[in-house]
Amino acid sequence: MPDAPGLELIAHEINTRHEGSVLGTTYDHEQAALLIGPDSALKVLRYLKEAPGQEYSFLASLHAADYLPRTPRFAVHYELLNMARVERLRVKCLIEDPGEDRLPETDSVTGIFPTAEFHEREVYDFFGIVFRGHPDLRRILMPEDYVGWPQRRDFPVGGDPVIFTNTEDEIPGWTKGS
Amino acid sequence: MATPTDDRIADTTRTVEEMGRDAIGRTEAQVIGTSPIERTALEREEELFTVNMGPHHPATHGVLRLLVSLEGEVVRDLKPVMGYVHTGIEKSCEQKSYWKVIPFVERMDYLSYYFNAEAFCGAVEKLLELEIPPRAKWLRTLHLELNRISSHLVGLGTTALDLGAISMFWYCFRERDTILDLMEMSSGQRMHTRYFQVGGVIEDIPLGFEQKVREFIAEMPERINQYAALLDRNEIFLLRTKGVGIVSRERLLELGVTGPLLRAAGEPWDLRKVAPYLAYGEVEFDIPIGTTGDNYDRYKVRLQEMRESVRIVEQCLDGLPEGPWIADDRKVVLPPRHELGTSMEALIHHFKLVTEGFRVPPGEVYHPIESPRGELGCFVVADGSAKPTRVHMREPSFVNLQALRDMCMDEYVADMICNLAMLDPILGGIDR
Repeated sequence: MPDAPGLELIAHEINTRHEGSVLGTTYDHEQAALLIGPDSALKVLRYLKEAPGQEYSFLASLHAADYLPRTPRFAVHYELLNMARVERLRVKCLIEDPGEDRLPETDSVTGIFPTAEFHEREVYDFFGIVFRGHPDLRRILMPEDYVGWPQRRDFPVGGDPVIFTNTEDEIPGWTKGS
Repeated sequence: MATPTDDRIADTTRTVEEMGRDAIGRTEAQVIGTSPIERTALEREEELFTVNMGPHHPATHGVLRLLVSLEGEVVRDLKPVMGYVHTGIEKSCEQKSYWKVIPFVERMDYLSYYFNAEAFCGAVEKLLELEIPPRAKWLRTLHLELNRISSHLVGLGTTALDLGAISMFWYCFRERDTILDLMEMSSGQRMHTRYFQVGGVIEDIPLGFEQKVREFIAEMPERINQYAALLDRNEIFLLRTKGVGIVSRERLLELGVTGPLLRAAGEPWDLRKVAPYLAYGEVEFDIPIGTTGDNYDRYKVRLQEMRESVRIVEQCLDGLPEGPWIADDRKVVLPPRHELGTSMEALIHHFKLVTEGFRVPPGEVYHPIESPRGELGCFVVADGSAKPTRVHMREPSFVNLQALRDMCMDEYVADMICNLAMLDPILGGIDR
């Protein structure tokens, strides 16, 4: 892990190259994180992967979280790893909820990290975050005709009727057209 | 006298009209042209044939579906389709207090349950900034390594089964059963033991456990030699594994593959060594690596890893420190049972912990450990309440599965079975 001053140095260096792309930093539990916006995800991750002295070339994990009721509501976390120095760095991409039926969007990093393909499909599947430029953005774990984004905090648990032979006539859309 | 059927086949010069109703249902290739066999032989090489494998095929090691495009016998494209055993564990975890999440995460990767529990408990302990006592660290290391051996045994047994060596399956499951007996002895359960708690382990190992483990580790190296003797001189096994399913080290790193698959390709990356957690910094072991990264190397790496695990288990027994096995923090850990009858305070703590659970200060951590299949990371977001806001498992099987296409491309479809077995995916972990 880069320590707290090291993290500030990285943030400063990125901000001198791409102005305003790093919104802030956090350093908790000895884990360093850079906060960025959805438009600078590609720039920042490409820099962290390729710039000499950084070389965080392994994407260990990519996952999202829903911070409802906080804003920005969503965040996609990129867990970067430099294998030679055994340093981990989290890049937290904060994404606003555009509201209504529109889906939040960010850039896909599959071009830089091919491993992100399944991860991004999973995030899309569960949070409805669209990754622009993903080669095959489909649901991965939920059924392909599923409606809704189940891992969002305002998605209720349960409530799906369980179909038994004695109740199948009562459940709408199952045996009869209604 | 020839039967009517023989007559039709012999005389292919007749037209459809002459044959009348008998021609219906026969393909064009059989009716038109001189030799039906020649005709089909011509077309086979040119077209891709898409085959659906699974989701219930026994060689997919779970409920995995593979869409395979074949050109003859050769795989030209492959798409894994999963989600058939998705049960929404991550969502369910958000509805449970922290201590009730442990049995949930154990059911993700159902062969390495101790690892899932350790990933989650470790993440929560980081959030709580709770230091676990030394004996708990060593006990956890001991159980993790026993679990690693049992997981590799299932992987090895099922792989050999897929290649036709059914006796290997029984031999591996015999030793695995011994390990399950040991786990039953220490925790009361054979699988999904819920032995690890936030703060340590639920109880000390019972009397006689050490003796049983010592008997097991005395026997196990000889057993591993027997497996090697059975497989290393088996010509079928060698032909099926050597030089098959090679993916370069660079490509594996791009695809995020970790664990034995990456080590077989020559990258000595093991989180137990590079970023030691629990008691791994204090025990001696080596990281086996391969050279070419074919299926034979993957098998060899797993076999050697079992030998190293036996070494670690032995050192854990020798170096096991005395003392408490769970942290003494009454806000997080249940008070000892005998105090409940005499101490009002202990009773209140017990009541609060069982009804509400402990609260975790806001924060988010990613806790990676080395599972039998690679980097298993647990990402937990806490918001200050007694339930996690988000629990995410970075499942190594899920990520490693992306390498299956590279492993199988332009190789025979029969080798795909071997590649998949050597990948050792656990669908419970992939689908969660």
